[in-house]
Amino acid sequence: MNDASLWSIFLNSALINNFVLAYFLGICPFFGVSSRLETAVRMGGAVSFVMLVASICAYTINWILAAVDAPYLRIISYILVIASTVQLVEMLIRKLSPATFRAMGIYLPLITTNCAILGLALFQTNRNYDFVQSVVYSLGAGAGFALALILMAGVREKLDLANVPALVKGTAAALVVAGILSMSFMGFAGLGR
Amino acid sequence: MPGKQLTPTDEFVKGLWRENPVFIQVLGMCPALAVSNTAINALTMGLATTFVLVMSGISVSTLRRFIPREARIVSFICIIATFVTVVDYVIQAVSLELSRALGAFIALIVVNCLILGRAEAFASKNTIGRAVLDALGMGVGFTAALLWIGVLREILGAGTLFGVALFPDGFQTWTVMVLPSGGFLAMALWLLLVNWIRDRQEKSAKAAQGVTR
Repeated sequence: MNDASLWSIFLNSALINNFVLAYFLGICPFFGVSSRLETAVRMGGAVSFVMLVASICAYTINWILAAVDAPYLRIISYILVIASTVQLVEMLIRKLSPATFRAMGIYLPLITTNCAILGLALFQTNRNYDFVQSVVYSLGAGAGFALALILMAGVREKLDLANVPALVKGTAAALVVAGILSMSFMGFAGLGR
Repeated sequence: MPGKQLTPTDEFVKGLWRENPVFIQVLGMCPALAVSNTAINALTMGLATTFVLVMSGISVSTLRRFIPREARIVSFICIIATFVTVVDYVIQAVSLELSRALGAFIALIVVNCLILGRAEAFASKNTIGRAVLDALGMGVGFTAALLWIGVLREILGAGTLFGVALFPDGFQTWTVMVLPSGGFLAMALWLLLVNWIRDRQEKSAKAAQGVTR
């Protein structure tokens, strides 16, 4: 059991230890989908939702695994549950909003290999969060991921118009921007504890 | 390279430079940035990833006739997760300190897109020998890239290399390099260098062919 307050867990996962900018989790979609603001917002929403479901599942699985004393099955069962959740979300989005489905393209199934989601499940287990704490943690992580993605997309839309040397264009420029964003997020370090 | 057979040496060498997983294909970025704050962390992570790459390459290539197409991703993930669990426990047994420093990132090798990518794009279509060579090449290329980033960050950020102090006492360390943002910046620097070298190579190749622009 971890006795951190819910508010500090939320702040911690959303800002201070932002999943993308401090833990480097979910870097691939962060660079892949952040070139346009609109897709970034949708991606942020989808990832937050999967995080919430994965967090609840991970809590349950961990409880079952502890009951049958098989912690070595943790990684395998987490990843399988996450993969099936993503499949479910994919079907749901295709049914409810085909336009969103097309806009997300390949990045929707790739949420499975988004390390932010498996990372979230592992971190909440390592820190012994109880059920409510886990849910709050996942909400904070989702909000932090969406925030980083949207900020990055905003900067990159402007960057497209800037006159950047050919060598730096693309990934290198995006990396420098991410570095500066990450530096500014360090300013939140004094908030929690 | 579909359709074209490479020599075994080429299969190995391509991962080192021409198709380097980190700098050229930009795969597996999360661990490349997250655990490269010191050279020793980077090296451990690289070796662990190489082991998982090779073992899953062998398994996928051996079982490729038995895995149905529809269930292949799930099967690959199960295979990869098994070997990652092995590595996780081995590192815990060998060095608890290292295991703490790397934290959940060893477990996160499961979702390293590089491994699933190689299993899907290469090991599931090629013989065991080729799959091993490819996995080894990619693994070494990945380790080398991680090590470069790690060395740069450790030298500038802490003034040490593999824990050995390099500079006299007066050296002002660039603390930012060991912090998360340093990972992005160090990676950007190396990427620039790689881009510049590739650009020059292309230009000289064109000049050699007598093509003028």
